[in-house]
Amino acid sequence: MKTWVTPGGVHPPENKHQSLTLPIGSLPLPEKLLITLSQHIGTPAKPCVELGSSVLKGQKIAEAAGPVSVPMHAPTSGTISAIEHRPIAHSSGMLAPCIEITSDGRDQWQAHQGIEDYKNASASTLLQAIAEAGIAGMGGAGFPSAVKLNPGSERPIHTLIVNATECEPYITADDSAIRERAAEIIEGIGILSQILGHPDNILIGIEDNKPEAIAALEPHTQDSGVSVVSFPTKYPSGGEKQLIYILTGQEIPSGGLPADIGMVCVNIGTTYAIKRAIVEGEPLISRVTTMTGEACGINRNYETLIGTMVSHMLEHSQFNQDRCSRLVMGGPMMGFSLTSAEVPIVKTTNCILAPSYDEIPDDEPAQPCIRCGLCAEACPVSLLPQQLFWYSQAEDHERLEAHNLFDCIECGACSYVCPSNIPLVQYYRHSKGEIQKARVEKVKSDHARQRFEFHQQRMEQAERDKEAKRAARREAAEKAKTAKSGSEDKSGAGSAADIIAAAQARAAARKVSPEQQQAKFERSIAGAEMRLQMAEEKLAEADDSQTDEQKNILVAAAEAARQKLEQARGRLAEHLKERNGEQVD
Amino acid sequence: MIETIAQYPILAALIALVGLGILFGALLGFAAEKFKVEGDPIVEQIDELLPQTQCGQCGFPGCRPYAESIAKGDAINKCPPGGQATINAIANLLDVPAPELDAEHGEEADVKTVAYIREDECIGCTKCIQACPVDAILGAAKLMHTVIADECTGCDLCVEPCPVDCIDMLPVEETIKEWHWPAPPTTADLIASDLRPQL
Repeated sequence: MKTWVTPGGVHPPENKHQSLTLPIGSLPLPEKLLITLSQHIGTPAKPCVELGSSVLKGQKIAEAAGPVSVPMHAPTSGTISAIEHRPIAHSSGMLAPCIEITSDGRDQWQAHQGIEDYKNASASTLLQAIAEAGIAGMGGAGFPSAVKLNPGSERPIHTLIVNATECEPYITADDSAIRERAAEIIEGIGILSQILGHPDNILIGIEDNKPEAIAALEPHTQDSGVSVVSFPTKYPSGGEKQLIYILTGQEIPSGGLPADIGMVCVNIGTTYAIKRAIVEGEPLISRVTTMTGEACGINRNYETLIGTMVSHMLEHSQFNQDRCSRLVMGGPMMGFSLTSAEVPIVKTTNCILAPSYDEIPDDEPAQPCIRCGLCAEACPVSLLPQQLFWYSQAEDHERLEAHNLFDCIECGACSYVCPSNIPLVQYYRHSKGEIQKARVEKVKSDHARQRFEFHQQRMEQAERDKEAKRAARREAAEKAKTAKSGSEDKSGAGSAADIIAAAQARAAARKVSPEQQQAKFERSIAGAEMRLQMAEEKLAEADDSQTDEQKNILVAAAEAARQKLEQARGRLAEHLKERNGEQVD
Repeated sequence: MIETIAQYPILAALIALVGLGILFGALLGFAAEKFKVEGDPIVEQIDELLPQTQCGQCGFPGCRPYAESIAKGDAINKCPPGGQATINAIANLLDVPAPELDAEHGEEADVKTVAYIREDECIGCTKCIQACPVDAILGAAKLMHTVIADECTGCDLCVEPCPVDCIDMLPVEETIKEWHWPAPPTTADLIASDLRPQL
């Protein structure tokens, strides 16, 4: 099958044979396992177990938080002994949230079973199972597989590429997995093909330095529609974009994804994990990790539980601290040095490298760039590393972006060939981080500017409103003043006759009608009559037992009542006479 | 007419040049009217580069007034929150040499800070709310106030007005997500074994 050749690339010593002398082994069950909640690209998982609760192997201990996230599962049975921040395998050496499980030594599985008749299951059922199994890309980046395998109907997939390149020196995790598990891997690829709607091409890309693996795959691919494509060994052929170019001759646009050109690229280790998840119902709790380097007496691949401490692996590999120049997670080209061995293996850890000083000596001091151009020749993305280096030193972000810094895959080929030992990739990583930080800050400062402008507007509006209110009040006061002075002017001009007329008008308004007056008098007569009657009754009731004084009081009261009645009658009579007089007039 | 021109070639040249002058003059005049730019674009560009902290350390009430002042020829090294990076960027834009930060206006902070109100001690006076240039403080009279950390620019204008001194400027802690690789060490005067990481 025709293959294409990527530009650049280097041929570092492969050093793969050391770890391939023994089959995939297993480590004794560690006492404690530390599961990092963020082993993948995306949101960290959310713990769903309590401190002190006991869990079974395969039980979910953390939920996926959001669409781009994966759940975590207990790699063995035991109790949750800590949920806290711990050092993790990260180049920053910072702490991150982790769940610690203290093993009970029984390694007891929870009840699990695969999807029955998965060959007839729908893609969404299979994707759901993959998401539930916590599978994230095991090649290195750790992108949640269920998301990658679901590019949406607007991006139909015509080519499925399985990445078995493993181009980095020392690492043999995929190689040994293919040799021993070819049948299961092919089954996994079948499941992927089913999910993606049976794409036209299914290619396994593999370098020609793995003849045993190719031979192991051959019998299983006979009539499965899967073709194994081998191509000349060169670093870095295993990058997603590089492999797609090698196999198909097509390039992914800058900043794009393989799905944009109808392809999906999956690591071969991931296909095995997917097979286990679908057919056996086992979540991703272990992976093949290469333990290699001259500082270790035993170089081999282990089926390692996720969460195993690096120190535990070293302990069982005859590790010699004094010979070890550094501890690297990943390969010698793209891996990163660990600051401590007390960090756990994660879902993306394909290799722990413990090299001697002879294998990977200390970095030589960097010399000035001599502009030899070897880095430009080695770059697999056809960038200009020497120019990027200058701009990175000058912190010229604009030019760095103009020179496509973000297309750099950080493969380290330029640093590898540099005769001046300049750590070029470190400069690029730093500059990428700086640019991203500047972008975030730009967004923040734009936001702050907007808020400040809104604030200013609000203050101005408030000031205007206040001013408007003040003006309104002033106007009202002015109006009231003129109205008052206007009425004063009028009264000043009028004569005394006016005043009298006004007073008469007021009196007339107060005057009640004669009928009402008469009624009032009649009411007062009635009241007086009643009071007189009561007084007379009391006088009649009064007997001898009462003193003269008391009798006199009662007599006086009766007399007063009688007088009041007389007065009231007199007033009524007068009123009637007046009224009659008016009528006569 | 043509004969006269043919007779005096200098006249022909004169007419041609004057004609061209009038034509291009009219064209330029038209273009100046048609493509007139409102406002001063350089102010916008400078304002883009300033950190928008709105702290007033430069002596202007906000970033935009300072940008306007720079456009009129003010010194470009009065912005401590922006630091040397901002000075360099403005110098690059204006094509002038980049001076050091003017110490009179403050020092460049190593770490970004945000305001934090010790809520137990807050008496609800609203003075900090009025001081905040980006409305990042929530609260009401006689009720506890709090800072929206995401919106806070770290200008520390709210610290001064607080009558009970319950506002602290706390450094923003870097998370693993925000972390990025440091610049490689300059190894000119180091020998190789000094770089050995301590295991």
